[in-house]
Amino acid sequence: MPIESLFPRLEPLLPRVQKPIQYVGGELNSTVKDWDVAGPDGTVRWALMYPDAYEVGLPNQGVMILYEVLNERPDVLAERTYSVWPDLEALMREYDVPQFTVDGHRPVGAFDVLGVSLPTELGYTNLLTALDLAGIPILAAERGDEHPIVLAGGHAAFNPEPVADFIDAAVLGDGEQAVLEISDLVGDWKQAGRPGGRAQLLLRLARAGGVYVPRFYDVDYLPDGRIRRVAPNRSGVPFRVDKRTVSGLDDWPYPKTPLVPLAETVHERMSVEIFRGCTRGCRFCQAGMITRPVRERSITGIGEMVAAGLVASGYQEVGLLSLSSADHSEIAEIATGLADRYAGTNTSLSLPSTRVDAFNVTLANEFSRNGRRSGLTFAPEGGSERIRQVINKMVTKEDLIRTVTTAYGAGWRQVKLYFMCGLPTETDADVLEIAELAMEVIRIGRQVAGTKDIRCTVSIGGFIPKPHTPFQWAPQLDHEATDARLRLLREAINSDRSLGRAIGFRYHDGRPGIVEGLLSRGDRRVGAVIRRAWEDGGRFDGWSEYFSFDRWMTAAEVALAGAGVDVDWYTTRERGEHEVLPWDHLDAGLDRRWLWADWQESLTGREVDDCRWWGCYDCGVCPSQGTQIQIGPTGRTLLPLPGLRPVLAPPAASASAPVG
Amino acid sequence: MAKRTPDGPPPEPVVARIRLRYARRGRLRFTSHRDFARAFERALRRAGVPMALSAGFSPHPRISYVGAAPTGMASEAEYVEIALTERLDAETVRAAVDASLPPGLDVVDAVVARGGSLPDRIDASVWQIRLPGLEVDAVAAAVVTLLAAESVPVQRLTKEGRRTVDARAAIVSATARVDDLPDQPCAILDVVVRHVTPAVRPDDILTALRTVADLVPPVPPLATRLAQGLLAEDGQISDPLAPDRERLPAAEGDAPDAAPLTGSAVASDR
Ligand code: SF4
Repeated sequence: MPIESLFPRLEPLLPRVQKPIQYVGGELNSTVKDWDVAGPDGTVRWALMYPDAYEVGLPNQGVMILYEVLNERPDVLAERTYSVWPDLEALMREYDVPQFTVDGHRPVGAFDVLGVSLPTELGYTNLLTALDLAGIPILAAERGDEHPIVLAGGHAAFNPEPVADFIDAAVLGDGEQAVLEISDLVGDWKQAGRPGGRAQLLLRLARAGGVYVPRFYDVDYLPDGRIRRVAPNRSGVPFRVDKRTVSGLDDWPYPKTPLVPLAETVHERMSVEIFRGCTRGCRFCQAGMITRPVRERSITGIGEMVAAGLVASGYQEVGLLSLSSADHSEIAEIATGLADRYAGTNTSLSLPSTRVDAFNVTLANEFSRNGRRSGLTFAPEGGSERIRQVINKMVTKEDLIRTVTTAYGAGWRQVKLYFMCGLPTETDADVLEIAELAMEVIRIGRQVAGTKDIRCTVSIGGFIPKPHTPFQWAPQLDHEATDARLRLLREAINSDRSLGRAIGFRYHDGRPGIVEGLLSRGDRRVGAVIRRAWEDGGRFDGWSEYFSFDRWMTAAEVALAGAGVDVDWYTTRERGEHEVLPWDHLDAGLDRRWLWADWQESLTGREVDDCRWWGCYDCGVCPSQGTQIQIGPTGRTLLPLPGLRPVLAPPAASASAPVG
Repeated sequence: MAKRTPDGPPPEPVVARIRLRYARRGRLRFTSHRDFARAFERALRRAGVPMALSAGFSPHPRISYVGAAPTGMASEAEYVEIALTERLDAETVRAAVDASLPPGLDVVDAVVARGGSLPDRIDASVWQIRLPGLEVDAVAAAVVTLLAAESVPVQRLTKEGRRTVDARAAIVSATARVDDLPDQPCAILDVVVRHVTPAVRPDDILTALRTVADLVPPVPPLATRLAQGLLAEDGQISDPLAPDRERLPAAEGDAPDAAPLTGSAVASDR
């Protein structure tokens, strides 16, 4: 069955929408394979979706990596699809154009697998829009053999229960090997003539291990609304589904040829993931907990990826990514090595999202050698020493002031400080200390910089307890209390006019956090809330101009009526040690007893040291997943690369040489 | 703490300029000018073109764009000039940059600049507007009405707000011809438009046709800029790169002709 491009039908709609370039594809390094590249039944076809706007989704490393890993297989084709904005959605509905991929503009509904990356919960309504536009029934139970398998991945997939009704399966953890194994299973099943249809394929996936198929698990509830138990309803399906962990990052140098969009996106740079995982043990940090253990890419592996990626993309900025990049065992050598290598080539380096207390300014100077020295970011996360002990963010006020002093002394003019509000045991006093800290930063800064022209920006995020963290049992602060506390903070900052003027304050409002909290720690009953919010028009909930708190609260009231639970029950309620949590059958490798003990220790402010440097504290990940920490130093260095000065390389077809 | 000054030597001098004509085709006609500029800079880096850079902490390659067709309209004739630190054969640069751009953004012509100003060689455009679903007779009649009018003010939403332009005044000539498709009629409108400020674009001309003759295309028309240049008395448009082509390419080290270029260090490394 040949699949025709939808582009001729989409094209007349494009002049009528905002930023049409985001829908046309044609990115450098993108791939369009023949639909039947390995025969009609020999080809396994993936549509990879990032359920947010193209400008956010395109730079996503996870999608880019899987796209390339899958397309390297001769019998697999992978294309990408993103959320369409409401202006195009309306036209697509009017003119009957289904959800399309941007590569071949093929209908998403015609693929074998729709792989959806779920980085945050606020993309759930966008997932439903895409399914609906694709002509795929919203409810997994209503899908037939002709529909793709809807497979979720990404951090939010560590508790996929709120979307359990909408997805067919989920993979926890690293996707590189998982997508290849799933391709094998799907390919075998197709070539065998699809025995047993869709149900049989899902059963095969569930039995193979490492793929969670919600329909094969039943959830029972207690009269008070808590979960009694979650258990498989088929033989051969595991009680607990393990996460996937890729070892040896040097063997997975993806993306090799980064996608370079024509449209403007949130990151205009190529990224190299320098390590995966983080064991600093910040108790609020889900990413750190679920990606353990730490696995570094070697300094030489990083050098090779940077070199190849720059040539393939033409980018002039390289971002070194990880959860805490300054912690790489050879970060100083990497910074110096790359800065030397690319000196004079107009290529700049950055350590995006390095929110590290210990971030050393010498390193920052090295990174900005070829660029501007605009702003440095630090994340003390908690305002007071006490609350920082609770969250295990081990940085003292003295550390911070010392670092900031060096930064202003070295010519930096702007320091950004990240904090959270609503942390367990937090009081107004903890939050008000943020004002003192920021003022101290400005006072010291003015002194060492010798100018009044310095700034400090305080950014606040509301704390949301997340699954698979020691705070998974904690109550979330309601949004009224969060907002009140932050009003006090704002007043405190503005109480001194001179200092207050130099301090920027960034905080929006606490209400989206409550919805995110509901979706993060929700169970299957929350699915009805998502569906209702979506039916009521919920789209792009991560964007303040589209988010509607009232819509969500109304949806929750209607959808949870009679269930004996409500939004507060899911968000501001503290859970007990023995309560069955909706994600307990999904194994991130963390020992539940360790998580509970760490939660208890947090309440007394007991800190945990990083296992990379201070020894294993038995979080459980390594033995349960058969993994181990992989870090350097390797002792290797980056040698200068020849030929980095621009040399015009004539294309192979042209025999003409440069004149002169 | 003292202000930092950029490390290292000052940027290398400009020794040559190359003028390129590029096309924006097919689905990539939805590329905005900013999108193109980013893609073009990356293509220059991928191709290894020895670009001259501006001074400062974040030096950028010296590129001068000449106008740009509106987003969503195709073009066969967009122009850009780049400044190099080495003398290179124009065709080599063209081929390398073209190979580094995605298909649909195609560099189709290149010359070594021999002085003069490129923008001074452009004051009009030739547009071809395909109107699927419209009969040629209807279009031709509307065109006659439009051309007969003294002036046809049309409004367009710009970044600066609502602007009114006289679509009639900018039109040098307009003719309709037929190019029917198998399943529907299709008229083609050929228009020569003088460059005025604010610019009169194909969509303004369509608005004018709607205003004077109620002509409404049933599907979005497809406009393509076919040429830009100086409008001659006879209504012809000249090739803006022609003056650079008039003499044969300079022999090696033939510096004197590179009149307006900064720096004459050209010969030293030859
Ligand atoms: S098991 Fe031990 S070594 Fe492994 S991540 Fe946990 S604490 Fe670190």
